[in-house]
Amino acid sequence: MSDKGITTQPLDDLDRRIVVATQGGLPLVPEPYEQVAQALDSTADEVMRRMRRMLESGIIRRIGAVPNHYTLGFKGNGMTVWDVPDDKVQEYGRKIGALDFVSHAYHRPRHLPEWHYNLFAMVHGRDRDEVMEKTKVIVELLGKDNRGHEVLFSSRILKKTGMRIPG
Amino acid sequence: MMDSVDRAIINRLQGGFPVSDHPYREAADHLGISEAELIQRLEQMLEKRQLSRFGPLYNAERLGGGLSLCAMSIPEEDFERVAEQVNAFSEVAHNYARDHRLNMWFVLATETPTRIESVLAEIEDVTGYRVYNMPKKEEFFVGLKFEV
Repeated sequence: MSDKGITTQPLDDLDRRIVVATQGGLPLVPEPYEQVAQALDSTADEVMRRMRRMLESGIIRRIGAVPNHYTLGFKGNGMTVWDVPDDKVQEYGRKIGALDFVSHAYHRPRHLPEWHYNLFAMVHGRDRDEVMEKTKVIVELLGKDNRGHEVLFSSRILKKTGMRIPG
Repeated sequence: MMDSVDRAIINRLQGGFPVSDHPYREAADHLGISEAELIQRLEQMLEKRQLSRFGPLYNAERLGGGLSLCAMSIPEEDFERVAEQVNAFSEVAHNYARDHRLNMWFVLATETPTRIESVLAEIEDVTGYRVYNMPKKEEFFVGLKFEV
């Protein structure tokens, strides 16, 4: 899915307060939107109306469970990077992004001569061997359009705070 | 460990949670369990960190902010110092050491898109090393398919 061609609707103050109140999660109570509304001096209907609008415009990607790959046993996560022809990066990005072991894929700029990769795909597996096995599927998919690739494993998490807009 | 109900929750509730007066009840109906059980299981999976979150997943850029993936190549003897300096920036959302010549990879999230360039310049200034800026040009995001 591309981000292009969709205009960003400006958020007003209440929208932003809804984002701040819910970006860490929804309350685990029978009427969560009502609880969010109470904390914001608003009404559940108003909060739901705005959240539906944010869903439609793509500001909210989705609402639901965000699984933690690592604790669910997917401990071998590799950032695979690929050098593919620029005029085919979109076609391959879509194909690779649709593979069930790839959580997301991005077209990113090269930095020649040091960095010639233009397509990134996060590959998830139970361990590094499984990631390397799955990487072979992408190698096959690209065929001769694969002009080079690497798999970068993370050796250490140096910081993980996640993205938060200030409240 | 997780049983089949937990797995069904993870596999079927990664999106589409209702925006309605009693969303847990609605979602629980689809899973064939009670509202109370769904809430309790979500609490437990969050506690065990099997879920990192339950709720809306926002698109940072659509919120008007800037977002970029950045990489640096840091000699081993300088790595800890630079990691500390980079992490000290509140705009650095996460930072990973990776096995590569480019051995430090972090995500910058700023309040406005134009702040990305200035924070990068500050990081280069403070650390004395070049930052490779790799903002996404396009995203191929499917996402709703992680299965356990």
